[in-house]
Amino acid sequence: MIDFDYRAPTSLDEALALLQQHGESARVVAGGTALVIMMKQRLVQPELLVSLRRVPELDAIRADNGTLRLGATATHRAVETHPVVRERWPLLAETFHHVATVRIRNMATVGGSLAHGDPNQDPPPALIALDARARLRSATGEREVPVRELFLDYYETDVRPGEVLTEVLVPTPPPGAGWAWVKFLPRTADDYATVSVACLLTREPGTQRCRDVRLALGSAGTTPVRAEAAEAALRGEDLTPARLREAAQLVADAVDPIADFRGSSEYKREMAVVWARRALEQALARAAA
Amino acid sequence: MEQTIRLRINGEPKELTVRPRRLLVDLLRYDLGLTGTKEGCSVGVCGACTVLVNGKNIASCITPAVFVDGCDITTIEGLAEDGRLHPLQQAFIDYGGFQCGICTPGQIMAAKALLDENPHPTEAEIKEWMMGNLCRCTGYYKILDSIKAAAGSEA
Repeated sequence: MIDFDYRAPTSLDEALALLQQHGESARVVAGGTALVIMMKQRLVQPELLVSLRRVPELDAIRADNGTLRLGATATHRAVETHPVVRERWPLLAETFHHVATVRIRNMATVGGSLAHGDPNQDPPPALIALDARARLRSATGEREVPVRELFLDYYETDVRPGEVLTEVLVPTPPPGAGWAWVKFLPRTADDYATVSVACLLTREPGTQRCRDVRLALGSAGTTPVRAEAAEAALRGEDLTPARLREAAQLVADAVDPIADFRGSSEYKREMAVVWARRALEQALARAAA
Repeated sequence: MEQTIRLRINGEPKELTVRPRRLLVDLLRYDLGLTGTKEGCSVGVCGACTVLVNGKNIASCITPAVFVDGCDITTIEGLAEDGRLHPLQQAFIDYGGFQCGICTPGQIMAAKALLDENPHPTEAEIKEWMMGNLCRCTGYYKILDSIKAAAGSEA
């Protein structure tokens, strides 16, 4: 790793001022699990790391008027083990629990994972299915971006130079919503997914009909993918096994998987259909009748 | 460019001057001579470099030492007390929990973090927790036996 300067300010304002002052030569860091490896491999060579590790309260996790607020420096492990997350956002607890290993989950943070923009990561599809929003702050202002709009391309996000992703806001799922999160791992349990799928599904009370559904996939393209055509094919329709199968088939056109040692693009496309169907079936089984 | 950091390493306060690029694993091994901690993959995947930071198992090969300024660090050298091995260390000897030994410090530190949080884990919980610590000799059954034994002895 080449030399760099390191600052660990004790307030967010101080961190934002440093980022404004140093522009693109500075990078934000928290857990470091992604950035430090990229620095060791010399894929990025920042002159200055601005650490968020000493900014107080930025790692808070709390439910506030039905919205779960995940602070940017909360670790994956903290999210996974938080009693309120486990009870009221089980989709998130399950997703974060299956990221890499305990050792990495003790280090990697909520905000770092999103800002990294790696399409193989597990939290983004789950956060998209839950309709979460990311809060971004800079020295000059603040804005919110839906997580589904955060990812622009391979390792490219809408987090602009000088901005810090400070918080993720997750609404409470609709009453009776069923959820699923599945991760196809044919190699090792700590691997990136070959494909992962998150699903949130609500039925019209007392019927077989779908009120709403959100279906999002990881490791299925250069960004996380929302399967909108599959969702549209289900809304208002009776959720029969055949209908779920037909909807899952539409995922094939939504994804554009990158071939790697986990499989060819064609293979991953097939697997995206299979695992989307399984996610839909699991979510339906969990949804209140 | 150099910075002064304060760490408590195996209970002992240390003030150290380091470049920000100095990794915790290198600080431990080369600056402090604590060579029990090993480096394997260098990218956080294999678990050989596992140490505890404020009680939590982390990968010291991807952690610049400046990141953990002010923290408590526990390495394999910090487990024995008054010349008596930690129950996990004793169990790894009694149950043959190592072959070549290079992964052992990391295995034991990961297991310590588990038992500190969950003193009586099920076999499934041990397997899931330890999944991130690779043994190139593939001696996983004996590692599992050792941890189960240590969990029993700490009851």
